[in-house]
Amino acid sequence: MRPNHSPAIDSGMSIANAPITTFSDQFYAGARACIPVIISVAAYGVVWGVLARGAGLSVLEVILMSGLVFAGSAQFVALDLWSPIPSALPIGPLILAALIVNLRYLLLTATLRPLFGPHEQAKGALIMGIVSDETWAMTVAEMAKGRGTVAFLLGGGVLAYTCWMATTVAGHLLGSFIDDPTRYGLDFAFTATFLALLLGLWKGKSDLIPWLVAAVVAVISAKLIPGSWYILIGGIVGSLAGAVAERLRHAD
Amino acid sequence: MLTSPEALIAILGMALVTFAVKAGGLLLANRLPREGFAASWLRHIPGAVMASLVAPALVTGSAAEAIAAAVTGVVFFATRNLLAAMAAGVLTVFLARMALGV
Repeated sequence: MRPNHSPAIDSGMSIANAPITTFSDQFYAGARACIPVIISVAAYGVVWGVLARGAGLSVLEVILMSGLVFAGSAQFVALDLWSPIPSALPIGPLILAALIVNLRYLLLTATLRPLFGPHEQAKGALIMGIVSDETWAMTVAEMAKGRGTVAFLLGGGVLAYTCWMATTVAGHLLGSFIDDPTRYGLDFAFTATFLALLLGLWKGKSDLIPWLVAAVVAVISAKLIPGSWYILIGGIVGSLAGAVAERLRHAD
Repeated sequence: MLTSPEALIAILGMALVTFAVKAGGLLLANRLPREGFAASWLRHIPGAVMASLVAPALVTGSAAEAIAAAVTGVVFFATRNLLAAMAAGVLTVFLARMALGV
């Protein structure tokens, strides 16, 4: 038996002793590891599809948005802004909202840089398109164990992508069985979904200030400013308040 | 109706900015702040946006919506399941509207 190594030496040893795995081994390992989080992707997908139909998206628009945008929270926010009447579609706010909601990906994908060699920037940038919160989390956990490869990320990513496409379209088709949403209280599905999404983001007390500020600012701007700008105004002011609060706490 | 030029532009624009941010994080990896003000601002954006979406809908709703929102929250914390929480909220609002006659 090996004597106890210091952690640094031990991790060095296990890398040296690790069997050389092929791309497909790693790909399937990534897909397998992501199955638990993919189940939640599927649930979100069905809900988004049902709500997308209610918001007036056609099945083609669902396929295009899920396939090209592939970002759950941005797609949920887009439904609130969407209009089935083309001339009333707020193109600018939709794109701006997607940008702001997705800004956090800057931080997420930056942590994946060690997966790529110094000359693999372009390849890496292309692969980032398939990263989602769920597969990012699984890959980073794998990297923390001294493993984690591009193939692992791709395995989880391809599975999540396929699943998101399939379940959002399925949700849209499911929505066709519901004629008058208000009659069954389904108009509340939207608020209930966002409330649950919000509660799922709760990480601790430091979320209280940004959320409260965002809520108050959003309620006031919804009354004062026509359209859906209150989402962006509340989101920006609230998140800035959170950053200011954190800075003040650390200054103590 | 399949789609419209406006919808196509909106979706392509959303796709472009989303990809730009995802790719940008990797390309700027060595220059991005990992901690400090900018990093904590970026981290707080999703929650603040979601709170901004929910708050006006809850404030303008009737008692039925308020009760249903509370049930949605309780079920979500009990099950950690989005579908279950949404279904419980919808069922509650349906029953509460009947009971309260709103």
